[in-house]
Amino acid sequence: MVGATYPLAFTLYPYRTCVALGAPPVRHPVLIIGGGPVGLATALDLGRKGTPVLVLDDHEGVGIGSRAICFAKRTLEISHRLGAGRAMLEKGVVWNVGKVFHGPDKVFEFNLLPEDGHRFPAFINLQQPHFERFLVEEIEKARADGAPIEIRGRNVVAGLDPQDDHVRVTVETPDGQYDALADYVIACDGARSPARDMLGLSFDGRVFEDNFLIADVRMTADFPTERWFWFEPPFKNAGASALLHKQPDDIWRIDFQLGWDIDRDEELKEDNIRARVDAMLGGDVDYELDWTSIYTFQCRRMKTFRHGRVLFAGDSAHQVSPFGARGANSGVQDADNLAWKLDLVVKGQAPDRLLDSYSEERIYGADENILNSTRATDFLTPKSDISKIFRDAVLQLAGKHAFARPMVNSGRLSVPCVYDGLSLNGPDSLAGPERTRTGAACPDAPLGDGYLLDRLTGGFTLLAINTATPDIAQVGGIAVSHLTLTTGDDPTGALTARYLGDTPAALYLIRPDQHIAARWAKATATDVETAMRIATGQGA
Amino acid sequence: MALTLSSNIQDPDGFYDELLATHEGLSKDESDALNARLILILANHVGDRAILREALQAAKE
Ligand SMILES: Cc1cc2nc3c(=O)[nH]c(=O)nc-3n(C[C@H](O)[C@H](O)[C@H](O)COP(=O)(O)OP(=O)(O)OC[C@H]3O[C@@H](n4cnc5c(N)ncnc54)[C@H](O)[C@@H]3O)c2cc1C
Repeated sequence: MVGATYPLAFTLYPYRTCVALGAPPVRHPVLIIGGGPVGLATALDLGRKGTPVLVLDDHEGVGIGSRAICFAKRTLEISHRLGAGRAMLEKGVVWNVGKVFHGPDKVFEFNLLPEDGHRFPAFINLQQPHFERFLVEEIEKARADGAPIEIRGRNVVAGLDPQDDHVRVTVETPDGQYDALADYVIACDGARSPARDMLGLSFDGRVFEDNFLIADVRMTADFPTERWFWFEPPFKNAGASALLHKQPDDIWRIDFQLGWDIDRDEELKEDNIRARVDAMLGGDVDYELDWTSIYTFQCRRMKTFRHGRVLFAGDSAHQVSPFGARGANSGVQDADNLAWKLDLVVKGQAPDRLLDSYSEERIYGADENILNSTRATDFLTPKSDISKIFRDAVLQLAGKHAFARPMVNSGRLSVPCVYDGLSLNGPDSLAGPERTRTGAACPDAPLGDGYLLDRLTGGFTLLAINTATPDIAQVGGIAVSHLTLTTGDDPTGALTARYLGDTPAALYLIRPDQHIAARWAKATATDVETAMRIATGQGA
Repeated sequence: MALTLSSNIQDPDGFYDELLATHEGLSKDESDALNARLILILANHVGDRAILREALQAAKE
């Protein structure tokens, strides 16, 4: 049978006999391999901008079992720009408090202390199948409004043949095989990326010699909505660490770190899993096993995310251990980064080399994520006697002394990286706040009865605060919209604090992905034009 | 500021004594753990990353 190697949680794009069978190959501007979170987000973004996109997935929907559960503020903001953020927030579980235990003792407690004045919380927990379903629902809506997006379920990409000006893609379906031609291919086909193999590309990094047992259990328990993490858990057979974290629909994620030399099949037997979960929850708690699995983790990335007309995004390009929730969260940032660039290139408004900056910027992000996940994994799984000695010393001290608490690392949760010093950055000519420097993603702020990010809707925006915008409506056919605000529009002071600091006025040039391309105290139309050219790959 | 590598502890013999006395009666594992805690406490007291880096280097040479 073609495709369908795992059972589905939701059928989202049922197989239909493809019109392409037996017909001469059709040419597509953009073809996406893989309908996971990253492929779907990229397709939705491109389609909403009017660039036709074809998504091929080897299944008819999303598989059972949630890999990702923690989705970060930035992911929700991006999803909101794409129309799906509200549904995610409504369904998701908002959490702020985390407790860290060492054996039976609570070592300390942290609060993400979400800063006020953002539409979205720091984190929600939501099952990955719902996350993907919301994106597909939004794609359906966009299609109804004319967005040129097509998803073909059970269409397996079996061959990639890059040519000078296109890529020939061979696709297998239950009714036979066909070829499609694409100006650009985005490989969002996951960590095992067949596309990577088809092009003979390597994927190097570190494997962590440890197995993690995941048990999602359904129960009505009155544990608080907090992240509980144990080093050396006190319950029987729980391994080297354990985690308890709430998801929607009365599902709880339980995670046990089992070590390297285990018998997988044995550990996955229901009785053995239940024995562990019983010991953790106490024997009198009633629960159902919703989904179980055993994972090993790695941190690695491709050397470059662009290979001619084939671009890699999400897990196919980079993989991290899940401590820090940086997998799907960073993949959605890849989508956010790539979609507008590819859209401009396909429309002929920016040169092809703009796509090189996708690889440059997202490698920068991937390296930051890999660094953070590797450090967390080293803390969780000490690699030598001495690293275990220091790890335990940190945990012991953290119970007594504040200084040691920041060293405890059970995952540093995902935040977007700042593209410091990279090629698309224009000037930073404002003595403004550090967090809104050139290269940063715009932080949200309340505005009237909405939020600032609602006004940054996917094109270039010139944001002026307490000053006028220079007279410039487009650069080389790329529209620049204007948003002129004053401190009078700032009901809470957050806009001033985040965008002005101690300066009286500011002008920001903001990219379609809501990253800051340049900022000034004062700028002329020529300054803006120059920054626009740099930001669209037309700089010197 | 640079890492101090000239003598800086009053009564060096007395300090050395106290250091050993702190370890007295401990097993190898307990001593290793104590040393690790001590390093972390002192490192935090120093705080300055450049000085800490110099100290790590000096210890390694
Ligand atoms: C236990 C665990 C916990 C995690 N927790 C988190 C978390 O809390 N937060 C977080 O952000 N991330 C987390 N992650 C990571 C997250 O699940 C992944 O980063 C995310 O799924 C990557 O999305 P993707 O779209 O790149 O790839 P995938 O989701 O793997 O999607 C790839 C798609 O491509 C399809 N495909 C593959 N080959 C072909 C082909 N030849 N033709 C057509 N289609 C093909 C696949 O069927 C699949 O639908 C976790 C991962 C694990 C394992």
